[in-house]
Amino acid sequence: MNQPIGPAPDPDSVTELSSISRRSLLAYAVSAPVLTVAAGFGANLAAPSTAVAALALTPPDTVDTYDIGDSLVQTALPTMPLVTLAVGTDGRVRLDLPRLESGQGIATACGMMVAEELDVPLAMVDVTAADARPELMFNQISGGSAAVRCFDAALPLIAATARARLLAAAAQQWGTSTFGLTVDAGVVIAPDGRTATYASLTVLASTLPAPTGAVPKPSSQYKVIGKAAARLDARDIVTGKKKFTMDQAVPNAKPTMLRMPSQIRGTVVSVNNLNTVAGMPGVIAVVVVPGGGTIVPNPPGVAVMAETFGQAYAAANALDITWGDGPLKGQSDATIQATLKAAIAPLALPPLGALTVEGEFQFAAATHCPMEVECAIADVRADRAEIWAGLQTPIITQQAIAIDLGLPQDKVKVHVVPSGGSFGRRLFWDPVQVAAQVSKLTGRVCKLMYHRTDDIRQTRVRPPQYHKVRATLLLGQVIAYEQRIAAVRLDARHGYGEIVTASGGALPPIVQQTVGNLGYEEFFFKTMVASPYNFGVGTKVLTPVAINMNTVSYRSVHIQPARSVEEIMVDEIARKLGMDPLAFRLSYLRLERARAVLRAVAAAGNWGKAMPAGCAQGIAVHQETRSFTASLVEVDAREPGNAKVTKAVIAIDVGKPINPLGIQAQIQGGLAESIALVLNAGLTIKDGLPIESSYSNYRFTKMKDYPKDVQVIVMPNQGDPIGGLGEVGLSANSGAIANAYARATGLKPRKFPLNAQPVYTPVAPGKLPVPVFIS
Amino acid sequence: MSNYTFTLNGSSVNVDAPGDLALLWVLRDKLGITGPKYGCGVNVCKACTCLVNGKAVPTCVTSVASVAGKKVTTIEGLANGDTLHPVQQAWLDRDVPQCGFCQPGQIMAAVDLLSRTKNPTDADIDAIENMCRCGTYGRIREAIKAAAVAMG
Repeated sequence: MNQPIGPAPDPDSVTELSSISRRSLLAYAVSAPVLTVAAGFGANLAAPSTAVAALALTPPDTVDTYDIGDSLVQTALPTMPLVTLAVGTDGRVRLDLPRLESGQGIATACGMMVAEELDVPLAMVDVTAADARPELMFNQISGGSAAVRCFDAALPLIAATARARLLAAAAQQWGTSTFGLTVDAGVVIAPDGRTATYASLTVLASTLPAPTGAVPKPSSQYKVIGKAAARLDARDIVTGKKKFTMDQAVPNAKPTMLRMPSQIRGTVVSVNNLNTVAGMPGVIAVVVVPGGGTIVPNPPGVAVMAETFGQAYAAANALDITWGDGPLKGQSDATIQATLKAAIAPLALPPLGALTVEGEFQFAAATHCPMEVECAIADVRADRAEIWAGLQTPIITQQAIAIDLGLPQDKVKVHVVPSGGSFGRRLFWDPVQVAAQVSKLTGRVCKLMYHRTDDIRQTRVRPPQYHKVRATLLLGQVIAYEQRIAAVRLDARHGYGEIVTASGGALPPIVQQTVGNLGYEEFFFKTMVASPYNFGVGTKVLTPVAINMNTVSYRSVHIQPARSVEEIMVDEIARKLGMDPLAFRLSYLRLERARAVLRAVAAAGNWGKAMPAGCAQGIAVHQETRSFTASLVEVDAREPGNAKVTKAVIAIDVGKPINPLGIQAQIQGGLAESIALVLNAGLTIKDGLPIESSYSNYRFTKMKDYPKDVQVIVMPNQGDPIGGLGEVGLSANSGAIANAYARATGLKPRKFPLNAQPVYTPVAPGKLPVPVFIS
Repeated sequence: MSNYTFTLNGSSVNVDAPGDLALLWVLRDKLGITGPKYGCGVNVCKACTCLVNGKAVPTCVTSVASVAGKKVTTIEGLANGDTLHPVQQAWLDRDVPQCGFCQPGQIMAAVDLLSRTKNPTDADIDAIENMCRCGTYGRIREAIKAAAVAMG
């Protein structure tokens, strides 16, 4: 079952023909000439950009010529011809997208590419979420801000080929050549005025050989790309029709909730009142989640299945469980940060007589906390299984669950459901592991959801980090910038989303820092974290530390901390040199596109204007995944411990903007997230467990925290290759906020989050909060 | 297990449920109404917000017993046929949603606010506590103000 992202297609319009629907006929035909179509790819591929280094001292940064997105585009391209693009007999065009739409707007952006090349209105395009398709290999992982980049490199050609084939069908039907045929809103028009709809041509088109040499439109002819378009699923969202995983009408799926241990990766020693709880109203089963797990271990816990989630929650709360300690027993933020600090690689000595600017920085662990908690539905039978979940890596999920259940891979169907946020969290599939085990053990369809408390405490986090930085200045110039980062190991055992690369990172599964995982982590770091400046000898070194926590990538995982720190240091270096932060940046930036976004915000945000005491502007610039951004914010820090962002002007250059509305939304979201990470939100680990339990104490940005004056400047298409969008929006905003905070308070930003944290009584470890009814 | 009758989106419904079962789960698990979402279960995130007799309530901490005989409106019941409520229309016009998970609750909170205050101030809007992890707050603020104008 594919979950429609756009309006649901009319099932009556799909005519069955020899058990293959007509809707999909063209798609199969389009997919056939793999080599022919694949050979044409590359037209939209980014050429390595030429880094213009003003100072000869600075070697080009890795990401100037190759970044994580390039690797994802390259690994995705060979199987792009297998992506399903179909024209139905109702004239609707359907793209079965092998990526997870979780609010980023990728489905709409890809739908726009299809509408552009096929000359149909966007309203005629449906974008659905593809089931796990192992034949796609590396082409079904959502991450690295690469989805739109991957499809920009292939989808226009696929759609242009489909259009050419529909034109060929029209020509054959009319006994003419395709010369002179035009298309308007899905209707082919002959020079003599005859017309035929795509709907009427698609069956004939599917029988014709795929034409070669179809060429996507030049950007000068774009009618859809680059123009603001509303989200395809907006109407479904505002009317409550959009279905997330827990909204799926899977027959007889039974609500299931978990209790998870009192420490990270703790154990279940005993359930002391199992029979009592099993007899509570509505309770169907109580199951201790078994050990095991392919690639990554099953999360520990006790699951309660009941007729309603309310009853499963009440019964889970009533469980009396003896928990065993986890590997972080006795550990707290202080001990973890001390371990990280001790692991920092040494800095080189500054040259004799040189000035230095130094700083040490701490970042708390961060939780993804998407609005939709971790959840999954699993229907496990003796000979097959069916899964529904929001998944960034559905292929490895299918492969790992098949091994877990002892089933052939093709007997496990995995349906990807658009999710309520993700931010990297759904690169792993642990709720599927639990739901599959509970379904297997109970013989029922398990509809599993974590409680928010455990979604924060027991799921995967952005690794805590410690940074040590030294900039060396000589004769008024920065001649070296060294940044040493120690971070809790980032779990990257999902690999490129399928089992070969995942196994390479995971063997053996019980070892925390495998050689393979270390390789991925260093590769990600090297291909994501850049410096936009000419700082002479510039080095950033990551030392992953094997502390036994549940980690996973997080939006801009290593980049936001690393680059925010660099932007803070830049302000401190400028101060040391007596230079204005804007002027300093403009003189040290390596690339013109970085200078352009910085100038844009400085002008629009009126850099340098007078501010009241306790308030200040801050500015920062950033490049990531071949995109550039700058931010100018205003911070009001007059209330101690409660600094607020009151205004932001942000410029974003993604090279080739597809949907300016979607770009603005992602950048506004990046601002909201930066406010949280810099000022308000961080996890507090005490005795091996984060104590935060909801948004009341993990203070992600709320309405009152979000500035009322926000301007996003989308830089125009000037022919640069398309860059990433999903993650680039954090670092400039974060740096600007920290710098404004420093200028407003006179305090050096060193330990994040910066604001005072709330005082409260935490939910007891290993327990869930009891809801207090208001009526 | 007791029996409760209330009006749901204009129609009378009758459910067998324990009186202390949260309205959220009665709607979702017994009546198949999936617009209201679970986000925290403890009246913090407000993703479960619905209207009871026209007032926004967090249904995760509202018992089914307490709504007996009352009018419950969920996001599914807000439009008049194909004609959207002005708040829904404002949400579309401003392209507010991203992932969309919190938006049913956000819209119900806005409907409640506009029923109490014809021209909400920024401070009134700041008082809305509904979480949005995507960060759509700026567009929500604009949409509420646009809906206020549209509703006169």
